[in-house]
Formats: sequence, C-alpha cells, structure tokens
Amino acid sequence: MKIKGRAWKFGENIDTDVIIPARYLNTSDPEELAKHCMEDADPEFAKKIRPGDIIVAGKNFGCGSSREHAPIALKAAGIGAVIAPSFARIFYRNAFNMGLPIFESTEAAEAINEGDEVEIDGDTGLIVNKTTGKKFNAQPIPGFMQELIKQGGLIPYVLDQEKEKCNAERSA
Amino acid sequence: MSKPMTIAEKILAAHAGLESVEPGQLVQVDVDLALGNDITAPIAIRTFRETGVTKVFHREKIALVSDHFVPNKDIKSAEQAKQLRDFAKEQGILHHYDGGETGVEHVLLPEKGLVLPGDVVIGADSHTCTYGALGAFATGVGSTDLAATMITGKTWFKVPETIKFVYKGKLKPWVCGKDLILYTIGDIGVDGALYMAMEFTGPVIDALPMADRFTMSNMAIEAGGKVGLINPDETTMAYVKEKATREFTPFKSDEDAQYAKVIEYDCSELEPQVAFPHLPENARPVSEAGNVPLDQVVIGSCTNGRYEDLEIAADILKGRKVAKGLRLIVLPTTPKVYGDALENGLIKIFLEAGGVVGPPTCGPCLGGHMGILAKGERALATTNRNFVGRMGHPESEVYLASPAVAAASAILGRIASPEEL
Repeated sequence: MKIKGRAWKFGENIDTDVIIPARYLNTSDPEELAKHCMEDADPEFAKKIRPGDIIVAGKNFGCGSSREHAPIALKAAGIGAVIAPSFARIFYRNAFNMGLPIFESTEAAEAINEGDEVEIDGDTGLIVNKTTGKKFNAQPIPGFMQELIKQGGLIPYVLDQEKEKCNAERSA
Repeated sequence: MSKPMTIAEKILAAHAGLESVEPGQLVQVDVDLALGNDITAPIAIRTFRETGVTKVFHREKIALVSDHFVPNKDIKSAEQAKQLRDFAKEQGILHHYDGGETGVEHVLLPEKGLVLPGDVVIGADSHTCTYGALGAFATGVGSTDLAATMITGKTWFKVPETIKFVYKGKLKPWVCGKDLILYTIGDIGVDGALYMAMEFTGPVIDALPMADRFTMSNMAIEAGGKVGLINPDETTMAYVKEKATREFTPFKSDEDAQYAKVIEYDCSELEPQVAFPHLPENARPVSEAGNVPLDQVVIGSCTNGRYEDLEIAADILKGRKVAKGLRLIVLPTTPKVYGDALENGLIKIFLEAGGVVGPPTCGPCLGGHMGILAKGERALATTNRNFVGRMGHPESEVYLASPAVAAASAILGRIASPEEL
C-alpha cells in the first residue's frame, strides 16, 4: 500500500473537537462530516486538500472524545494518512478500525514541512519526503493490528469468528 | 502463589480467563456492560446491521443512553435518538434511557447499579473511564468497537502499564476531587498517561467521597489515560450496596504490584484549581487567575453534575445573586439528582440567585445546545474539556473548575475563589 500526497502541518494535541466539532455530530454521514473537517483550525481546509494528502502533526493527535466521526471525517475528506509522534489511544484504535492509516514518527513529524510531497509505504512504514529527499522509518504497526488490517478491519475479523455461531445460537 | 498484580491487571486477567497478565500483553476479555449514546450508537447500530448479525450478544449487558443532544435539539438529533429507541425495542435491550428516564450516562449508570466493582465496561464515549472510581476497568472506544462487542460480548485490550498516584496530606476547605485531578493533569500533561492506566491512591483518596472519586476518574482521559482506577473500599461498598443489580467481584492492587511510575503529591497546600484555555493541563491556583470577567457559568456534566456538586454550589449561592449580565446554567445530571435537588430546595436557591435550571443533558459541555457561547465570550464550567470551540464559537473560551469556584465566580462575575465572598 502506497500513500502519496502533500503535507498539511498542524501542532500538538490536535483534539477531536478540532478534527470534527461536536456541533456537526447530529449526523454520521461521511460526506457531510468531511465538509467540516479541521474547520476550527482552518476554515478552508476541506476545500484545499486533494485526495491522498497527508496530515503531519505534533504529539497526542486525536486527543479528547471517542467520536469515530473524527477518522471518518478525515478519510472522507480525502486524507490518505496522518503522521505524528504519538496518537491518543482511542483515536489510534478508531483509525485502524476505520481503515485510516496512521504512522508514529517523531523525526518525520518534525522534519516534514507544509506543502512537501510525501510518500509512505504502508507495508514497511518507510516515509519519504520527495521534496527534500529525506527518509524516515515509522514505528512498525503492531502484529495484532496488521492482522486486523489484513482481514479488512475489525468487523470482518469479528464476523469471521462469530457470525455463524451467533446466528445459530441466537435464533435457536 | 500467583504474581503480584495491579487492579487493572487483575480485572483483565479475570475477564480473559487467565491466571495473570503482564503489561503489553494482548488479551480478549468478556465485557460486563457495553454503552453507546445518541451520537455514537447510531454508527454502531449501522455497523451492526451491515454485518448481517440479527441479535445482540446479551440484551441486559448493553446500555443505550440518549443524553448528548436531548431533549432533541433539532431534526437530525431527533432521528439519531429515534435510532436508539427503535434498535432497543427491536433487540429487547433492557437499559435504554430516553425522555424523562434519561440522564447523563456516566452519572446515570452507576446510580442504577449497572456498573459494579471488578467489571469490564466499554463505552462509545471517552468519559466511560468515570467508572474506574468504582474499581471497574472502564474505557472509551469507538462505535465500531462497540458494534463488535454488541455482536460478540468481547473486546480486545493491550494490558496497560500503570502509573500510581499517591495523594498525601489534608485538603484545605473548598478543595475537592476536581482540584486534585486538574492539578494532576497540570503536572503530567494531557498526554502524561498516554496508553496507560492511572491508579489514584493515598490517604486523601481514602477520605474522598464517591462523588469526588467519580470526578477524578472521569478526567483520566484528559491525561491520555486508558482508565482511572480507585481500589474499592468501604466508601465504594456503601455506594454500591443498595444499588447493585447483580453479583460482582471486587479486585484490589497487591502491595508489591509493579508500576511504571509512582507519583506522590502533598496536597496540604493545594488551592482550588482553574484550567485555562485551551487545554485541561493549563491548570493554575485560583489565586493566580487574575481578573478574568465571565459571560457564563455552567454547573453540570458527567464530571461535576452530581447531587453533591449541586449542594456545594447551592450552599454558596444561597441568599446571593448572580452577577448582573452573567448567565448561570445549572444542569442536574439525572432525574434522581433533579428530584433530590428539588425536594431539598436547591432548585429554588438556583432560581432565586438568578440561575437557569435545565434538564439532564450533556448540552453545552460539548457545544451541543442549551448554553452555547458567542464569539469572544468566556465561560467557566464544571465540565471536563476547554478545547478550542468546545462550548460554541471557535473564538470563545472555557475555563474548568470545581462547583465551589463556579458558584463563587457566578456571584462575582469573574473567576473567583469562595474565600473571596
């Protein structure tokens, strides 16, 4: 899996209220959420990005609420991946469950500038800044998470194990 | 003899059917209660339906609470609350709360005896960690995780390392659980406990009432924590005794359990705290707040909207008036909290002071409704987050503090300590 796009820089502790303000949570429609993605940090953000673009942020990205609307909004807006030194844990889990690739790398997060062309190899975690030629290795994705991704996310993984058993038992 | 473990490790081991677990280990655990609300459950329900599974794993182990945008604030919110109602009816889900039965989930569910010591609870709401005050391993997840648990009754966790916090000394007047947790977040930062369990211990915690304990565990997420645990004791047992709806097994950390870190605080000189915009870690003593005029004060939320919180605020507001031009909004968190406040004259005190008393709802805490801020306005709230735009306009500000500081500030029209009255 290759992700390629321009970098959009944000600071530390980008919270889920910034990613998608709660005033828009009266819907879970991805297209509707995408329109307001990162709005309170940059009102024009959703209009400016192109599919595949990459958010490069400071530590603790996605802190705050458990709203899955946050990775849904980013993905639907066209964001290809997020690079940060660390992620808040609920966001981390939600991103994988939603299929939004995220990568932990302090060096990449610091060295990549706004507008740089960035390419990520999702399989190896190699991040290449095409503009400067610098390369970075992101933290490898934990084995269990790789298994989830391989199966297509949490739900296919769970279904595979449970579906037949559940329906058989519960309709009995 | 089995190896010494923390309370977090013991609960996870017991629910994974293992003798012991270690930090870093991935475990699949049985879930005692899975929770969703009117914002997060609609996505979980949609995902559940997409799977083709027809029945939830257990109709008594799922709670659906409409509390964020209720009473329905607009047509879209009404549709979301209706999805919960329809799904609960279809699946025969016992614990669905709506209308005059509903309240703020993290106050309501413990009050109903649905969360008990030793439980594993997941909730599609980040403040699910509130139940750590009862000695339950309770944490926030996303809607897809909730959907998976609604199907299987299980979830997976990486066993977290634990930071032990030891609170020593004797608290000054007006200093409460909110001040302890704001001070702690101010010390370690909003990612100070990232991916980790927090365990609150020491003589100050031993002496702390349940309401204050809930406040502390509630804000563990504001330090990035996975859970905020307090070892069950007599206070815990007295709280759950009359409420418990089923059998439960409490766990406590072993004396020689391994911790990633132990942090000690002497709390004897601690003052009431105020967290300045736009992060909960920007805590400072109220005496160092300076002159910060306020447009609104909110008393409520899963953090500080319990009966005890309203009582403290009412004691201060009794016979006094809210500052001219300031809006005081009080939101009792459950029908029972509201009823008790009415019966004991608290509601009358708020009204006579010039406050507005609203229904149980999360409302303004997340900028939903019932107290939204205009551009440039400033609020002090007993809630949990002061992020940019949290209570309304992106150029408004939220300051976090205890009910005592909130009441004093409402009277003086600026951030103030009860000592100043």
